[in-house]
Amino acid sequence: MARAVTFQRKSINTALAWAVGLVIFFPILWTILTSFKTEGDAIAYPPKFLFFDWTLENYAIVQERSDYMRYLWNSVIIAGGSTLLGVIVAVPAAWSMAFVPSARTKDILMWMLSTKMLPAVGVLYPMYLIFIKLGWLDTRTGLVVILMLINLPIIVWMLYTYFKEIPSEILEASRMDGAGLKEEILYVLTPMALPGIASTLLLNFILAWNEAFWTLNLTAANAGTLTAFIASYSSPEGLFYAKLSAASTMAIAPILIMGWFSQKQLVRGLTFGAVK
Amino acid sequence: MGQISLDKVTKRFGDVSVIPPLDLRIEEGEFVVFVGPSGCGKSTLLRLIAGLEDVSDGRISIDGKDATGIPPAKRGLAMVFQSYALYPHMSVRKNIAFPLRMAGLSQAEQDKKVNAAAAVLNLTNYIDRKPGQLSGGQRQRVAIGRAIVREPAAFLFDEPLSNLDAALRVNMRLEISELHKSLKTTMIYVTHDQVEAMTMADKIVVLNAGNIEQVGSPLELYKAPRNTFVAGFIGSPRMNLITGPEAAKHGATTIGIRPEHIAASPTEGMWRGTVGVSEHLGSDTFLRVSGTGLGDSLTVRADGEVNLHYGDTVYLTPALDKLHRFDQQGLRIV
Repeated sequence: MARAVTFQRKSINTALAWAVGLVIFFPILWTILTSFKTEGDAIAYPPKFLFFDWTLENYAIVQERSDYMRYLWNSVIIAGGSTLLGVIVAVPAAWSMAFVPSARTKDILMWMLSTKMLPAVGVLYPMYLIFIKLGWLDTRTGLVVILMLINLPIIVWMLYTYFKEIPSEILEASRMDGAGLKEEILYVLTPMALPGIASTLLLNFILAWNEAFWTLNLTAANAGTLTAFIASYSSPEGLFYAKLSAASTMAIAPILIMGWFSQKQLVRGLTFGAVK
Repeated sequence: MGQISLDKVTKRFGDVSVIPPLDLRIEEGEFVVFVGPSGCGKSTLLRLIAGLEDVSDGRISIDGKDATGIPPAKRGLAMVFQSYALYPHMSVRKNIAFPLRMAGLSQAEQDKKVNAAAAVLNLTNYIDRKPGQLSGGQRQRVAIGRAIVREPAAFLFDEPLSNLDAALRVNMRLEISELHKSLKTTMIYVTHDQVEAMTMADKIVVLNAGNIEQVGSPLELYKAPRNTFVAGFIGSPRMNLITGPEAAKHGATTIGIRPEHIAASPTEGMWRGTVGVSEHLGSDTFLRVSGTGLGDSLTVRADGEVNLHYGDTVYLTPALDKLHRFDQQGLRIV
């Protein structure tokens, strides 16, 4: 029986939901508003919410001072490359864990996830030295590889959950039909898991896009991504709030727009398998 | 093509033995049914033959060649699953063509074979639909189509009709039997439904806890069950098994008499009892008779229009030449 919901109750719930949503969204909104203020208005007290002199000069200055497009391009290549590479490695791994599990499969999955509990800074030194040896410092290749490795546990976990939902009889049928391992994964498993693979790609693209620790520590002028671009505007001295906000807005805009258009896919990806 | 031998085949899952050493020979062109209660190992046995499970010990050979370590794709067998296991993202045409595509046939050859199979199975009108848009019976036909196009050495059916409704099941049963008559290919069919086994098989293999209880033609199993398990499993309704003094009179520990071999009369007979709940099927009536002093109630098949009702006294007379006798181990006394 459906519960009767009164109009009053509905209004309160709606108002509450909007309030919570606004609180969560507020920092981003404030950043975007600040990016249109003058440096003076940006630090004005009491803060000015909407009634200030709207200006685009911050964007002009940021664009003039640094090459936004280069950072953007780096972000796209590094986030996209690491995600693609990750999926290529993770699909066979998740296949084996989902369909031919051994007694230790669960332990391996837990162990993979536990690497995410390690503070990244704990391995910064060794990674830095390895990068120097390989000549990967401040290169896109280096960042693609490290971000792929960082996100691999999440990609494997997500794909594993999707693959578990696919009836193994269908894969067995393909084996009976003469498909080898490669054909089974390519023609049967992957197309069936496509929605899951798509949300995995999406989520990991966002994670890689927002990654700051490794990009800040392992890049300089050449392979810097948008996170490095933002960081270059944070300064302990001087009036930089508005410019910093403009840089931040420019950096988060692409991913925010992409996230907005794919929110259905993302929500499905995050809750998949939770409710049958 | 299509002769399959199992030689001391064993299957263990960890420490649990599912199939003890088992020997079986399936001749070319035979329709063999594995039948038994749930968990008797019949599906496992089929999967061992298919190669979807590895044998723990023993040897499987197909057409005289050792197939024990060969992957399923290379065994030349086709399988139809209970869940149909169609590829949901492919059209009917692509589903049926999949094994041909895997075998590397040209597009023209694929089309020719797919169209021929679709015509045989009445799927031509649905050929461009996805499995999700088909009914259960149509899906099962697609699964069979996918199996026949590759011209396998043998077909393996794993309870293919369990998900269909009763009327459709009878139809598909006939269709599969007809397919066997026209293709003359070896078929191995797993079911827990003894009616399916009796109606379709050339040879029935009755399994219980991984052991083969009896192998024989449907009539052999019906007329001369080797032990009380087979006696109770084959035949519908099941055979009445009677123990105690009545069995001792016939020199046995257990005697068995099928419902159709007992005559019921309101006036005279060998055993006296009371009619309980009856099932009227129109052509026949199955009477449950209790209070005979022979243990559990007996099932008796009577005429469709028999004039016996709940609570009536009834006299039963078994046909003594149809009586089955079993010893202390439950084995048939010859």
